Amino acid sequence: MELYELTVHELADKLEAGEVTATEITKSYFDRIKEKDPEVRAYVTLLEEDALKKAKEVDEKRINGEKVSKYAGIPIGIKDNLCITGTKTTCSSKMLENFIAPYNATVIEKLNDEDAVYLGKLNMDEFAMGSSTENSALFKTHNPWDLERVPGGSSGGSAAAVAADMAPWALGSDTGGSIRQPSSLCGVVGLKPTYGLVSRYGLVAFASSLDQIGPITKDITDAAILLNIISGHDEHDSTSLDIEKKDYTKALVNDVKGMRIGIPKEYIADGINEEVKNAVLEAAEKYKELGATVEECSLDVGKYATAVYYIIADAEASSNLGRFDGIRYGYRTENFSNLRDIYRNSRSEGFGPEVKRRILLGTYVLSSGYYDAYYKKAQKVRTLITNAYNELFEKYDVLLTPTSPTTAFKIGEKVDNPLEMYLADICTVPVNIAGLPGMNIPYKLDSKGLPIGVQLVAKQFDEEKLLRIGYTLEQNTNFRDNKPTFRKG
Amino acid sequence: MLRDDYEMVIGLEVHCELSTKTKIFCSCSTEFGGEPNTHCCPVCMGMPGALPVLNEKVVEYAVKAGLATNCSIEENSKNDRKNYFYPDTPKAYQISQFDKPLCYDGYVNIETEDGEKTIRIERIHIEDDAGKLNHDEYGRGSFVDLNRAGVPLIEVVSKPDMRSAEEAEKYMRKLKSIFEYIEVSDCKMEQGSLRADVNVSVRKKGTEKFGTRTEMKNMSSFRSIVRAINYEAERQVDVIENGGVVEQETLRWDDISGKTFSMRDKENADDYRYFPEPDLVAIKLSKEYVENIRKTLPELPESRRKRYLADYELSEKAANFVTSSKYYSNIFEEAIKVCNNPKTVSNMLMSDIARILNEREEEPDEIKFSGKQLGELVSLIDKGTISSAIAKKVLEEMFVEDEVKDPEVIVKEKGWIQISDEGAIKEIVVKIVDANPQSVIDYKGGKDKALGFLVGQAMKETKGQANPQILNKLFIEEINKR
Repeated sequence: MELYELTVHELADKLEAGEVTATEITKSYFDRIKEKDPEVRAYVTLLEEDALKKAKEVDEKRINGEKVSKYAGIPIGIKDNLCITGTKTTCSSKMLENFIAPYNATVIEKLNDEDAVYLGKLNMDEFAMGSSTENSALFKTHNPWDLERVPGGSSGGSAAAVAADMAPWALGSDTGGSIRQPSSLCGVVGLKPTYGLVSRYGLVAFASSLDQIGPITKDITDAAILLNIISGHDEHDSTSLDIEKKDYTKALVNDVKGMRIGIPKEYIADGINEEVKNAVLEAAEKYKELGATVEECSLDVGKYATAVYYIIADAEASSNLGRFDGIRYGYRTENFSNLRDIYRNSRSEGFGPEVKRRILLGTYVLSSGYYDAYYKKAQKVRTLITNAYNELFEKYDVLLTPTSPTTAFKIGEKVDNPLEMYLADICTVPVNIAGLPGMNIPYKLDSKGLPIGVQLVAKQFDEEKLLRIGYTLEQNTNFRDNKPTFRKG
Repeated sequence: MLRDDYEMVIGLEVHCELSTKTKIFCSCSTEFGGEPNTHCCPVCMGMPGALPVLNEKVVEYAVKAGLATNCSIEENSKNDRKNYFYPDTPKAYQISQFDKPLCYDGYVNIETEDGEKTIRIERIHIEDDAGKLNHDEYGRGSFVDLNRAGVPLIEVVSKPDMRSAEEAEKYMRKLKSIFEYIEVSDCKMEQGSLRADVNVSVRKKGTEKFGTRTEMKNMSSFRSIVRAINYEAERQVDVIENGGVVEQETLRWDDISGKTFSMRDKENADDYRYFPEPDLVAIKLSKEYVENIRKTLPELPESRRKRYLADYELSEKAANFVTSSKYYSNIFEEAIKVCNNPKTVSNMLMSDIARILNEREEEPDEIKFSGKQLGELVSLIDKGTISSAIAKKVLEEMFVEDEVKDPEVIVKEKGWIQISDEGAIKEIVVKIVDANPQSVIDYKGGKDKALGFLVGQAMKETKGQANPQILNKLFIEEINKR
């Protein structure tokens, strides 16, 4: 077994036992990246020199007997919308192609405290808007299970890198499914924490009231470990909650006896691929075997979630992306004779079509005369959706649904039909609307050999149940015996 | 002067920078000046991914301002984004307050010729200031300085209750005075920490309907506010009288030409797309919180004024004047502790000190001497050490240097001690009476003025140092001998 095939907790054990050095691990990953990334294209920026320097430092610390974190020297890949001082943060946009962040995101500070090694920055849909990473203005990323297919999005680079063993774990961000959906399409674990559990400081904002940073990992144990590292109150983020810090690895218990699992019937209905639907039902059977009670339930208002999402997310995005104006940083047009031209041309030339579409939609719904009909109404429906979830969580510990209505689709298949693309997130979007934690667990391969994931959703700040119930499924199935084939079609 | 059959309707939006040490949404310094872009961080520069965190002091100061202007305090307030593009606005939105301002429904009273008048305050909300654009004088471009971006502001919105430029000035002076008293702002207009958007309309007297208003933005001196209002009201009357229609628009006041100019094209009505700021949580204020702030309010000008009238028997005019500024009032209170002579101290403030400030084009906060020193000066008069004429000269000296010397030291250094020695004065009196026989005849003939002339001559001779009472006495004695 190669080093790059191991999970983080396995690597950490080897480091602790002195069987391997951080430098060896880091080199192993860069070798793998050089081998596989030319066809996967997950990385936007590679940080090899800094990474090897950091790995060496950590090795010296260990040799000198300095106390270091158990995970010191373990590499990580970072989605390219998270700021690392002195490093390009492009958001896969022409607008920020040459933007070098002058500060660290809080999650990066936390990783620095653990002496993490950064492999590089990972591709994404431009400004995290999309479900296939095809909206990257830089290049497309390919799904390691079938290079002609998309890795999902927007954290497609992060999910593809972990799936292709080009990173042991990675950070993504999730506004409407951007961690879970690509994790599902790439066959890895993706956890979107409760809104407010992880600081958003230094995450380039798409939709402030929906964005969360979270782990993309090879297994659930690693997701718990990474969540331990990145969660916690941050005085730089007013929306991060000041709650007691938990050790999520304690939730990794292989036991679901007495747990109550609900399956909202709307998510195993029309519009969901048969094989995906059957996989969810199979997982449900498995849980029953393991001693949980499983019941069908209903989340009827969930059908409004996508509409609500595209109003709220785009409204916030239209405001959040105003700062990309060609004045202080980022792309500035060469074609201007006055201030108005700088704005108009910089933004016309610097943003891609999907970003422009959302800015236009968001600007429209906030416009005077339309605010009440769209934004205000959407906020009201948002409350209804949250309440409906709360009612369900009085009866169930977690909800089980598909993560994505389909497995990975072909590159180019949906690019010309934005509405169809938007439906790729129908199972994940309502979770963001209600600010809940959700997790993708890779479950099996479909008949084409593509990963199918299932999603667990828990009530706010109940990541422990999510992890426990997810862990039990993982321990009693064997998805990780499958490996991406890097085939073409 | 506006035509008799018209009246002005004026409302002000006063922007006041709060004197918190740090900015409203980050921990950068609010200090004025500094090399461009040195009081900045990712948050106030609008870097991608940076988030605001509300400075609690800003809420406290704003609530204080609200309580001092008789406002109700909103217990469930929030911040909203006001979206617009401008190079001095790094986030492309201002974090302001839209439908739930911190303070609402207040008022202040101003003193007019017809007695006290109430000006209602619609709301006070908090927001972040923008940066500054420096335009290169050689036309090489404009440069953005974000030192001021994120400095906390309160915007005080009045009802359209003012009917003359003078009332508008009085209202704004009143706010300035209150905010200085409660120490929420230094209100330095010359540094832009107090400025106003002025809304003006005119209507025929007796009509109830408001005319169409125009707005003049960013006015930062009392003088230009008064001039601009008077000019603009007359312009509007001219437009109407010539059969035209006043357009609702934003105008720029040009202080040099003394005219207003149209600033924006009218088709582009601003749509700020306000919506609740998702990066901040709601502002919930408990009753106890508000009451605790109320307890910290110092004595306000209104109450001081009443006390001065009752305890020190100052005239209405003097009491109004002394309490018009915290700086005057504090100097007054310190000074009378030393000299126990409220009348002379208030007179000096009202006449000489106000005159000198006016000549120097300075504001009361720029006075460099202490109240104690002013008290000492008055004591020197009361003890007969100097005359009031000399006191005026000493006062002038007290404005010259940054480190103000005590009046006694100035008097000694300049050799201005009053001559009260009768022997010395007698010599001068005899000399002057000898030289002016006609004045002696005039005085004896009933012309009292002649005595004044003689005393004046003696003052000239002694460079104002002779004790005037003794001079008077000795002249009368000497004339009566002749």
